[in-house]
Amino acid sequence: MSVTTGNDTLVEAGAERGPSMKGMEIGTAVILMAMGGIAIMDSLRIGAGWGSDGPQSGYFPFWLGLILVGASLVNLAMALKPSAKSEGALFATWPQLRMVASVLVPTAIYVAVIPFAGIYVSSALLIAFFMIRFGEFRSVVSFPSGALAAGVAFAIFELWFLVALPKGPLETYLGY
Amino acid sequence: MEEIGLLMQGFAVALQPENIILMVAGIVLGVLIGVLPGLGGANGIAILLPLTFALPPVSAIILLSCIYWGALFGGAITSILFNIPGEPWSVATTFDGYPMAQQGRAGEALVAAFTSSFVGAFIAVLMITFVAPLVAQFALQFGPPEFFAVMFLSFACFIGLSKGSPFKALAAMMFGFLLAGVGLDGVTGQLRMTFGSMELMRGIDFLVVVIGLFGLSEIFQSIEEGLRFKGQSAKITMRTMLKTWAELPRHWWLFIRSSVIGCWMGVTPAGATPASFMSYGVARRMAADKESFGKGRVEGVIAPETAAHAAGTSALLPMLSLGVPGSPTAAVLLGGLIMWGLQPGPMLFVEQKDFVWGLIASMYLGNIVGLIIVLAAVPWFAMILRVPFSIIAAIILMVCAIGAYTVNSAEFDVVLMLIFGVIGYVMKKLDYPLAPLVLALVLGDRTEESFRQALLISEGSLSVFFSNWLVGSIMVAGLTLMFYPAISKLMAGFRSPKPA
Repeated sequence: MSVTTGNDTLVEAGAERGPSMKGMEIGTAVILMAMGGIAIMDSLRIGAGWGSDGPQSGYFPFWLGLILVGASLVNLAMALKPSAKSEGALFATWPQLRMVASVLVPTAIYVAVIPFAGIYVSSALLIAFFMIRFGEFRSVVSFPSGALAAGVAFAIFELWFLVALPKGPLETYLGY
Repeated sequence: MEEIGLLMQGFAVALQPENIILMVAGIVLGVLIGVLPGLGGANGIAILLPLTFALPPVSAIILLSCIYWGALFGGAITSILFNIPGEPWSVATTFDGYPMAQQGRAGEALVAAFTSSFVGAFIAVLMITFVAPLVAQFALQFGPPEFFAVMFLSFACFIGLSKGSPFKALAAMMFGFLLAGVGLDGVTGQLRMTFGSMELMRGIDFLVVVIGLFGLSEIFQSIEEGLRFKGQSAKITMRTMLKTWAELPRHWWLFIRSSVIGCWMGVTPAGATPASFMSYGVARRMAADKESFGKGRVEGVIAPETAAHAAGTSALLPMLSLGVPGSPTAAVLLGGLIMWGLQPGPMLFVEQKDFVWGLIASMYLGNIVGLIIVLAAVPWFAMILRVPFSIIAAIILMVCAIGAYTVNSAEFDVVLMLIFGVIGYVMKKLDYPLAPLVLALVLGDRTEESFRQALLISEGSLSVFFSNWLVGSIMVAGLTLMFYPAISKLMAGFRSPKPA
């Protein structure tokens, strides 16, 4: 039987394994319910009633939060129903999720590195990494390709459109 | 016919050389965006929006709306040649388009698809030209309660007409509204749901959310499905083109029916995707030999393409005349209007004649330019998909990151984009609809504003939403639509116990 933690719920489905649809449904409903709850609490904090000058700031979000909690409760009940459509279905198999993670993790690192290395250097590295990892290109091809793409982006944004994007030590060294 | 005169003025605006150049650039970019997985109409426009500040609003909207038309055209290319819908609204086109390509009739399928798109869009623009001013004229007498009622109506459509669970649509919508509420409350100056975070004080920008939800999540999904591009090649010769065109008039009734479905679904915020499916379904049901659908019938290409383009185009009608967008892409365009300092709503037709009619004229021209470009350049666009996905995916990730950053020049927004990429991936897999979320996020502030103003008028009584026949009937229509699934179930329940 599933538990209400979402992500790590395991379900037997022949040889294919992965987090169950049911677990994800439950997890998502619970998270959305919590969001609604947070909105209600914050609205009550700033006042969700009728002030001297009309509806207070929390009036609208309070009701939105309430509806969100209500809708999520129904979604939760639907997911918990033994006859639910998602019964036994997988959200995705582990190999599939590994594929997603193999993109998600480098992207997260990319986003984390931008403030330090600037967007151009990070992008060049990201593109080179993707080419080597997924395209099986050799690094002699990949790194110059990444640098080229970043260079084109630099020309378009920094020089042509005059949009200042995050820059790092390399750009400073080059005088930008 | 005052409209004709205004439209001619609009053509004068749209035909300025710099606007023509932007039109062509927009269409080419749009087709590119439509062809590439991970970049769609909504987030392609979201990425480019911040770059349009330097342009006059009418040039900016011509550029961005042409990207939209281009994306609508582009979706068909990948559906037919690669069996990969570049856009959700071209899924139905794969059913018969790809079999046609496999049979060596790719050219015929593409010509039929592009021409259908053009016809659908043209009929929708005709409708906009003559109906939108009337709607705007009518809406001039709207006060805050009426505006809230109109927004309520369009949100109710999502709940009542959603294909999946209405409660998921409702939850997604509320999530969007709450995201819109984050930050400074414009009326009282109070901070809401920021929890002491400086970054959240700015609020959550819908452009960043759109880039994450529609762009990043698409990449994650493509990777999960182990995307490989294996396609048919195509070249459109003059002979195929003329031969296909000679045959198309036979399907005039199909064109009209699909356009009507498209226009209807576009004005109500159901959008292009359900319109294309519905039109395909109707075409199949009405056909004498249903079995041959899905095996390469040209009707199976005409029906969804006409409807998708008609819906995509007519989604701009409520956006222009009421300030309520009919699709996520129209919502992004509306967000652009606000950013360019224009006040969306019926006053636009009064105060910004050049803008409105320039845009409408550019829709006529843009679709003609689009048709020519896609017919001439299909092989080049198809070539893009021969570039390995490893390169395309990484470049799209870079473009998304740049796009998210440029909105507010904030690194935090790039993080937000990533978070919403994951949220979008999970929501898509669980069948939570993304369109109501985006619409709620874009319209959240304006919905709340009209709601508050209406309540101020009535001193807090909700009866203001039923205080006259106009607002009352819009609200009743909204409530009926919202509870449509429940009502139809009840009706069926009453009918079924009777012995047949």
